Amino acid sequence: MLAVDKLHAWYGRSHVVQGISLEVKAGEIVTLMGRNGAGKTTTLRTVMGLVARRAGSVRFDGAEILSEPPHRRFRRGLGYVPEDRRIVPGLSVRENLRLGLLASPRLREEQRLIERIAGTFPRLKERIDQDGTSLSGGEQQMLAIARAMMSEPKMILLDEPSEGIMPVLVDEMFALFRKMKESGTTILLVEQNVERALAISDRAYIMDHGEIVFHDSAANLIANQEIQERYCSI
Amino acid sequence: MADVNLFLLQLFTGLALGSVYVLLATGLSLIFGMLTVVSFAHGAFFMVGAYIGVYQYGVTGNFWISLVVVPLVVGTVGLLTERFLVRPLYGRGIDYPLLLTFGLSYVLIEIVRIFFGVQGIPISTPEGLRGAVNIGVGHFPLYRLFLIVATAVVVGGLWLFIERTRFGLIIRAGARDPEIVRVLGIDISRVWLLVFGLGTAIAGLSGILAAPIRAVTPEMGIPVLVESFVVTVVGGMGSLAGAVVAGLLVGVVFSLTSLYAPAFAETSIFALMALVLLVRPQGLLGRAGLMG
Repeated sequence: MLAVDKLHAWYGRSHVVQGISLEVKAGEIVTLMGRNGAGKTTTLRTVMGLVARRAGSVRFDGAEILSEPPHRRFRRGLGYVPEDRRIVPGLSVRENLRLGLLASPRLREEQRLIERIAGTFPRLKERIDQDGTSLSGGEQQMLAIARAMMSEPKMILLDEPSEGIMPVLVDEMFALFRKMKESGTTILLVEQNVERALAISDRAYIMDHGEIVFHDSAANLIANQEIQERYCSI
Repeated sequence: MADVNLFLLQLFTGLALGSVYVLLATGLSLIFGMLTVVSFAHGAFFMVGAYIGVYQYGVTGNFWISLVVVPLVVGTVGLLTERFLVRPLYGRGIDYPLLLTFGLSYVLIEIVRIFFGVQGIPISTPEGLRGAVNIGVGHFPLYRLFLIVATAVVVGGLWLFIERTRFGLIIRAGARDPEIVRVLGIDISRVWLLVFGLGTAIAGLSGILAAPIRAVTPEMGIPVLVESFVVTVVGGMGSLAGAVVAGLLVGVVFSLTSLYAPAFAETSIFALMALVLLVRPQGLLGRAGLMG
């Protein structure tokens, strides 16, 4: 589904991603782990097309997309939920969800899709006409995920979805990721909550200083305390 | 009683004057809020709109056609300006497009001088909008009343467009967070193009609407640009509601000062701006830190 090869990315002069290669197969959940500043967020942003200075190769669904703008990648079926949720202020929950559909051929089915999302996220349904930013942090995160799922992407990039969220909601969220996988969505997850993330993942990559330093199946990594402590403890 | 009526009449005059500011500031604010481009060519687009409209009016004798043709033509000029002049400058800092549009305004002024001469052209008040009507406190020129109504229609239409349509949703979201709009599949550069065209079309429309109450000369856009910036600053950069409130306020302040202290009329709007900036640096309805 996604094949990243010798990818480099820069912010200004700093060389944040230094030649990483990783792969996510269709139907997998793959976690990208590592300390703060390791380059995980920049990796996701580069895959989504939001980093101007980059080199290497990003193939999605068989096509080279490295130099495509973000909206083209979206239309290929690549979804992205950024780190800080980015619920647009001044827009209601419904409008935020609609935003996720505007560029999708399914725009006409808006009512049905919103109903379906409301089934998955009852909290959002109750607050459908409230300002999106009036929701709690966890609800905003759910909204950000729901917004990205409106167009039913083939693959979704999730950046630290559990950050700053109540434990109850975190459980709900990881259950949701599992459900998304079951319904065929491929997921690349960046997560600090290593234990939780590995529990639902097929494989994991560990990044440090802009490089991939370790890669194994999630099951093996769960057993490998030494690696976890070396690269992921804060 | 006579004094009160005079005051009220002058208030209406201020609203008519303010209507032109409202339209200009709306376009400026729309463009700034979305593209973070400060368009110094806005006054020149206003002037070009007046010229095209007056010329068209002269040819066909029908003023109403101008109200359709002018926004289309000036809007197209705006589209071309964004596509070929402003777009290459994105990502370079706010001063690049500012200097470019400043230069463009002088190019437009020269082009108009070449075609229409330096001394300006006359326009008579359109038939059907001449004369005055009794508005209860006295007789008020019909054309100025029309100006207020036309502005209300344009602003109301724009409001519906922004609040009720899909493209309007993109504008609202894109002005706050362009990146999220991009990752949700929207080609933001197309949105910027259309918004620049729309803002410019409104500038052109305000030019032809203002033509019967102002002298149509190649330089007519220069003071208007300064006044529109006063309005956008008072209202808050990027705020459409702010543009409406501040436009009317500036028009009324100007016209009431001309009644009671004519010598200070020109200065009064700058005094108003200074006052607003002291109390609310982000403008009446602007968001703090927009420029940061």
